Amino acid sequence: MAVNKEPYQQAYYPPNPTGFTRYMRTSFLWQIIRFFVINYKMLKLMSKSHH
Amino acid sequence: MSKIVILGAGISGHTAARYLNKWLGKKHEIVVVSPNAKWNWIPSNIWVGVGEMTEDEVTFDLAEVYKKTNATFLQAKALSINPEGSSDSERPFVTVEYTIEGKAGQTENIDYDYLINATGPKLNFGATEGLGPEHGHTVSVCTAQHALEANEKLQENITAMKAGEQRTFVVGTGHGMCTCQGAAFEYIYNIDHTLREEGVRDKANIVWISNEYELGDFGMGGVHIERGGYITNGKTFAESMMVERGIKWVTRAHVNKVEAGKIHYETMDGAQNEQEFDFSMLIPPFAGVGLKAFDKSGEDITGDVFAPNGFMKVDADYTPRPYAEWGAKDWPRTYQTPKYKNVFAVGIAFAPPHLISKPMQSANGTPINPTPPRTGMPSAAMAKAVAMSVRDMVNGSEKPTHTASMAEMGAACVASTGAHHFNGTAATMTVFPVVPDFEKYPEYGRDMELTTGEVGLAGHWMKNLLHHTFIYQAKMKFGWSILPD
Repeated sequence: MAVNKEPYQQAYYPPNPTGFTRYMRTSFLWQIIRFFVINYKMLKLMSKSHH
Repeated sequence: MSKIVILGAGISGHTAARYLNKWLGKKHEIVVVSPNAKWNWIPSNIWVGVGEMTEDEVTFDLAEVYKKTNATFLQAKALSINPEGSSDSERPFVTVEYTIEGKAGQTENIDYDYLINATGPKLNFGATEGLGPEHGHTVSVCTAQHALEANEKLQENITAMKAGEQRTFVVGTGHGMCTCQGAAFEYIYNIDHTLREEGVRDKANIVWISNEYELGDFGMGGVHIERGGYITNGKTFAESMMVERGIKWVTRAHVNKVEAGKIHYETMDGAQNEQEFDFSMLIPPFAGVGLKAFDKSGEDITGDVFAPNGFMKVDADYTPRPYAEWGAKDWPRTYQTPKYKNVFAVGIAFAPPHLISKPMQSANGTPINPTPPRTGMPSAAMAKAVAMSVRDMVNGSEKPTHTASMAEMGAACVASTGAHHFNGTAATMTVFPVVPDFEKYPEYGRDMELTTGEVGLAGHWMKNLLHHTFIYQAKMKFGWSILPD
C-alpha cells in the first residue's frame, strides 16, 4: 500500500533534479562543453583577481 | 643583498617562495621555514579520506624540491618575532625551533630584511571537548595523515554494514566558530558516493551538522547564482544536493562536546541537543599558531602585532562596527603590517577585519557563525601579490606595489561529490568577489556573471585537472610559472 509523503519535513521543500537533469550531469558530450565553459569562467575570474 | 624569510610552506608560503626564488633567488637570500617535511595539496585529502588516493599522491618532500632552488629550506617551527631586533641584535629576527630529526628542539635566531608570515592555522581541536583524532572521538581530513586514519575508520564501518549493521555518519563543523565548511561538504558527498559504490548506502544514516545559519553559507554569507531562469540562493542549491542523496542536516549548531558515539550541540534557540554517531568527521576551529612578538627591549608586544585569535594584524580596518556598516574597504589590500613595513602576513595567517557572514549568537550568547574562509585560490593570490611587492621593495620601491583584497578577488571551489572519470560528479562554484561589495554590486554584492554553481562530470574533471596542475606547479617542474595560480 502506498504511503503518503509527509509534508512539513526538511526533505519536502528543496528542488529535486529531474531525470533529464541527472542525465545531463554525466552526459559526456554536454559535460565536455561545460568543461570548457567552466575553464573560461575560472580563467576570467583569475585574471580579474590579480592586481 | 636582502634576506627574505618566509614562515610556512603551505599554499600561500610556498607560492610566495616559488616566485621570490624565481625573481630574486640568484642575487638575494631566501629562507623558507616550515615545521612540516611535506607539502600537502589539502583539497585532495578528501579522496585520501575515502581511499581513492594514497598519501603519496597528495604530498611531496619539501626539502627535495627546495634543493633545486636557491632558497634555503629549514624544517622548523617559528616561535617568536623580534621585528625591532633585541639588545643583542640590531637586525630584526625570528626565533625558530627545529622539528627535523637530529636537530629537533634546537632553537635558532634567523635575521631578516623582509618577513612573510604564512604560518597557516593551528587546528584548534582543543576548543571542543572530545573533538579530533588525537584526543577525541572524531576523525579529520585536515592533514593527509588524518585523512588516512579517517579512511581506516570508514572502511571498518563499511565492513560492519556489509555484515548487516546500521551505521550513522555525522559530518560538518566541530564548533560554532569554524570555517572551511567546503571540506566537510565535499567529504559528506564522497562518503555517500563510496557507500553507494560499496552497495551499503541503505544501511547508513548520514547527517550534516554545521554552524552555518543556512546551508550554502560557507562563511561568505552565502551566494546568489542564476539558475533555471531565477536568481536563487546557494541555500537552495545545497539543500537540493542533500535531499537528492537522502542526507539530513542540522544547521545553526555549535558543537560543544563530543563523547564516544555522541555529539552534544547548542542551537540558536539556546537548546542543548544530542546526535549519536558511529563515524564522525568534524572540522576544528582555526586559530593562529601561537607566535609571540617582542620589542627591542624584550617586552612582549604580541597583543600589538597579533589579534586575540593569534592571527597577524595587517592593513585592514579593525575598527569594530555593526554588520550594516561593514564594507569592502575594511579588507586588507597589501597585507603589510601597520607598524613594521617589512613584515607581511598572507593566507590564513592574517587577521580578517571581521566576519563575512552576519554575526549570530544563540539565546545563551554563544556565537554561532562561520568565520571567513581564506584558503586555496585567495591564499595563492595574496601570496603572489605580496611576493611581487617584496620583489619591488627589494629593488627600491618604498611601498607595496601590488594588492589582493578579498573584496576584489574571486574564488573557485570544486567540491567533489564522487570520484569517477565517467560517472563521478563535482559541484563547481565560483564567486566574485569573495567578500561581497554592495557599493559595486548593489543587488547581491557580487558579479552575477562570475558567481556560478553547477553539478556535473565536468567538475570532476576540473578537480582532477587542478590536482595534477597544482602539484606539478608546486614541485616547480618545467614551465610552472606560466600556469595560473
